[in-house]
Amino acid sequence: MTDGRKPESLRDAYGRTLVELGAKDPRLVVLDADLSGSTRTVLFGQKFPDRFFNVGVMEDTMMTIAAGFALEGRTAFASTFAVFAAGQAYNFVRQSICYNRAPVKIVATHGGLLVGPDGGTHQMVEDIGLMRGLPGMTVIVPADAPTTRAATFAVAERPGPAYVRLTRENLPTVTDGTFTLGRAAELRAGTDLTIVAVGALVARALEVAEELGKVGVATRVLDFASVKPFDEPALLRAARDTGAILVLEEHSVLTGVGALVAATTSENYPVPVRRVGVPDVFGESGEAWALLDRYGMSAERIRDEAWELLELRGKVQ
Amino acid sequence: MGEEVPASLVASLKAQALEIRRDIVRMTYAAGSGHPGGSLSVTDLLTALVFHELRIDPNRPDWPDRDRLVLSKGHAAPALYAALAERGYFPREELLTLRQLGSRLQGHVDRGKLPMIEASTGCLGQGIGIAVGMALDARVAGRGNRVYAVLGDGECQEGSTWEALMAAGHYRLSNLVVVLDRNGIETDGPTESIMGIEPVAEKFRAFRLRPIEIDGHDFPAILGALADARAHPDGPTAIVARTVKGKGVSFMEGQHSFHGKAPSKAEAERALVELGTRLEAPFP
Repeated sequence: MTDGRKPESLRDAYGRTLVELGAKDPRLVVLDADLSGSTRTVLFGQKFPDRFFNVGVMEDTMMTIAAGFALEGRTAFASTFAVFAAGQAYNFVRQSICYNRAPVKIVATHGGLLVGPDGGTHQMVEDIGLMRGLPGMTVIVPADAPTTRAATFAVAERPGPAYVRLTRENLPTVTDGTFTLGRAAELRAGTDLTIVAVGALVARALEVAEELGKVGVATRVLDFASVKPFDEPALLRAARDTGAILVLEEHSVLTGVGALVAATTSENYPVPVRRVGVPDVFGESGEAWALLDRYGMSAERIRDEAWELLELRGKVQ
Repeated sequence: MGEEVPASLVASLKAQALEIRRDIVRMTYAAGSGHPGGSLSVTDLLTALVFHELRIDPNRPDWPDRDRLVLSKGHAAPALYAALAERGYFPREELLTLRQLGSRLQGHVDRGKLPMIEASTGCLGQGIGIAVGMALDARVAGRGNRVYAVLGDGECQEGSTWEALMAAGHYRLSNLVVVLDRNGIETDGPTESIMGIEPVAEKFRAFRLRPIEIDGHDFPAILGALADARAHPDGPTAIVARTVKGKGVSFMEGQHSFHGKAPSKAEAERALVELGTRLEAPFP
């Protein structure tokens, strides 16, 4: 279906999957807050107008209305940009959805710096930390369109609330689309070094691993799309097998997957961990991919961190 | 309105409300914390709902066609707990466990813990949105149940309250009734000196809810307004119920100091004497 090189839209994959789900589950409802063209929930709305609620620019109340539907036993999807879903509506997600154990599936598009020209106000780089901290919340950060489709099915089937973070930019297909909740996907085998990555940076991790492979460094690449539940065994196996872990995420390093990896390894099997992600700053306007380079996630920086880890472990001179 | 409300019904609701007020004083005293003021103000409204208006069945708390009651002002938990216990949803003795470790009676109402708590609330401006979602759900499902959301007046300072009301009006939710406990007092003092919400009935009207203003301690008026709302097919109704904070206990009435403070032992004893009973031997 895909050659793995041509970038595809995660948002389109989400919208199309909603239509599939809507046909399977006649009780499923979808809500949006005036961004249905961007989030692609419009595809569901065109097909099932009676079960689609575009509530306008009221993200907080989109979450409470979705909770009302969900508490009545429906699966409710709610979509908007990540900055509104996780930021604006945080306490509504916390109380009305998570505290109530309401099966609302929040699929937030436009996560991270890759929002690009809209600038720092809209570049949500704290959402993984915010959502992961909520009791009962499932958190998924797909790296490509096939994972987006699988994750959308997975959260629809799983009881309880969920947060799925999508990227605005089209991304190359890097997985075989067989996403399993709570399982990391090993996209490349290796014993010298592990790169843990989520979302848009999984492709970059594979590129760097490929380059390292050419000079004899065998790099394991783990796609941790399932941030919560988190595949601790896969992480600790990687720590034991490779002795060093590099984490890549388009998210604040303070509260993201890197912080989770560092905490988990240091409690269980301490190895050197390096976190590559957004430092403790807001973003700014710019071309999406140029922002990743500017804010410390360039392939060059990733390579440098990888070499430093290999040196630390005495694997290179 | 205009329907005759039988005197016997009014008398029985009044007696019920008195029991609930006694429980509120005992519960908050036993807990050592809680919100007696806004519980006492909303008591007659909740009594009318739980003991008359709502189509509910204590033997079938999960009955799909039951009317939904969402206490958006979740801090008035003691009043709802007392009403539900006396309506037969759980043992009355359990009321005195309010706010204790391991109790089902959380400081703010908790859906996971007790029957008939339709939504966990507490942080304000959220329950009203959940009620809108439930009313939409009933419509989409073709169920005939109604949804009642009890709002506080301090809660009307929350922007999200108005988002939810805007949605209620937009969707013309005739199966939704908003009951505003307009006691005029919030934690720090009078609403109108802190952040005025008046003219609140006009605001409801502007948001396409049909306001009905009543005395929230007058049972015939409360029942009349609820019946009126039930008969109104074109959209949501907002009952603006003028109430007295701390109603029924003289030294709590109109006092913001008892918004979020439990009575001392002496105060509880005095309050219960005013309510025609004593602190000892709580449940007759």
